[in-house]
Amino acid sequence: MRRVAVIGTGHSKFCFNSEKTQVEMLAEVALDAINEANITPKDVQAVNVGNVLGDFEEGQGMVQSFLANDIGCFNVAASRFEGACASGSMAVRDAVMWVASGYYDIMLVGGVEKATAMGTPLATRTFAMFGDSRYEFPAGFTFPAVFALLAHLYSNKYGIPMAALKEQMAAVSVQSHEYAMKNPNAQIHKAISKEDVLKSFMVSTPIQLQDACPFSDGAAAIVIASEEAAKKLVKKPVYFAGIGQASSGKLSSQQKYLPRIRARELASQQSYSMAGLTPEDMDLCELHDCFSIAAMIAAEGLGFFDYGTSGLAWEKGETRIGGKIPINLSGGLKAKGHPIGATGVSQVYEVTRQLRGDMAEQGRQVDGAKNGIIDTLGGDGVLVSMILSTM
Amino acid sequence: MEYKLTFKDYNQALKRDKLMGLKCNDCGAFTCPPMMVCGECARTNHEIAQLSGKGKIVTFTTSFIAAEGRENEVPYTIVMVELDEGPWIMGNLVAIDPKKVTMDIVGKPVQLGNRVYPADKYSNGDMARPAFSLLE
Repeated sequence: MRRVAVIGTGHSKFCFNSEKTQVEMLAEVALDAINEANITPKDVQAVNVGNVLGDFEEGQGMVQSFLANDIGCFNVAASRFEGACASGSMAVRDAVMWVASGYYDIMLVGGVEKATAMGTPLATRTFAMFGDSRYEFPAGFTFPAVFALLAHLYSNKYGIPMAALKEQMAAVSVQSHEYAMKNPNAQIHKAISKEDVLKSFMVSTPIQLQDACPFSDGAAAIVIASEEAAKKLVKKPVYFAGIGQASSGKLSSQQKYLPRIRARELASQQSYSMAGLTPEDMDLCELHDCFSIAAMIAAEGLGFFDYGTSGLAWEKGETRIGGKIPINLSGGLKAKGHPIGATGVSQVYEVTRQLRGDMAEQGRQVDGAKNGIIDTLGGDGVLVSMILSTM
Repeated sequence: MEYKLTFKDYNQALKRDKLMGLKCNDCGAFTCPPMMVCGECARTNHEIAQLSGKGKIVTFTTSFIAAEGRENEVPYTIVMVELDEGPWIMGNLVAIDPKKVTMDIVGKPVQLGNRVYPADKYSNGDMARPAFSLLE
């Protein structure tokens, strides 16, 4: 297999109530990525797009072909990926394999979502479609409820009293909001305190509104190329050192492994193994913090902290710049926002720019970062892990 | 190869408070809700079995938000129950005040009943779910 690199990036501001269509949002960032890669739309051989609920959001299915046409990638193969909140990461991983295989040399990967167009009740209904519709939705399944079930399980399994766990969870949200203040693309630019989190609306015990990411609109895109093509086109290609993906079934079927997510551990082991790297080698991480407890579970599953201890790590600042592993310097899903089809591509954008050293002007650069990992969780059942590297 | 215990049959039984699953003739494990294969060993040498409907609560949440069309159900308590036969299953905890449910209920024994979700335009029909109540 050939090595594959990111050579162009584009990212919209994530927001509520975008005035643009999904094609417009994605076309703008796609052209940004194409321009940065020093190519033209005619050089793009295929397009992959992560998009989850375009059908419900604006009555638009098959957005990938309309996007390809709109940006002048006329008649290329265009594919849509749907794995709930991991759709964008699936689209990236799949494209990496196509280029690595030698079938294509240059591909565009985008992700887009316009979830706020649905309004909260329908958005909650459609997001719940990524749980088991027959056996778990009838009980009132929603994603806040899933992570609320895991939070109580986490408290019980690791012997952390709920009051202490709630403080740890709040520390996760506080940090995300702080870094989002430095990210011009973030949906929420508002510092919050631990008290703000703990007094916010109770969504599903013990998860409160400020433990949860918002519904979001937005898009992100990257151009990827074979190493040979990348070196001719840009000065600082950023390479995919490792990729991994795994699946799991309905929440109850994961049983005694919970609150750990086995599919995440398998996916990240695949990418560490392919890269020949370990968690200690990572200089930063963008992980799937759809809820504060989800961030804690993810950080442990990726190998950064012992099980049951990541909340303390957040409280001690080990997840900040200068700490053991800087996590979600973008503001994370919590404050950067979570347009679900775009999220994985946005994570790749973030880590790529960190590894190129582009974030200094925003005051959130990890100096000398060489390796970064992204982690994306979709519904009950898609976990994607990718390691990016300067080398 | 045919599915041994379909959702349709599972759903009809649950509406009569009967919890149906599969018992594996090879490894002895129970699978509930049903799947094509044994959830433990992935083989297909199993038969339909009725489970006791008894178990203990392993985790819970009380929700104050709901999906479109279910707003009148809040607040409601979702529980994950470890059945006496081994499998975990998601259901509701009923005959309690959802707002008063705390961590104290973890480990408490429960007995199965059912409630029926009456369908919406996306659900392809109605669906029963386990509605557990505390024993004692």
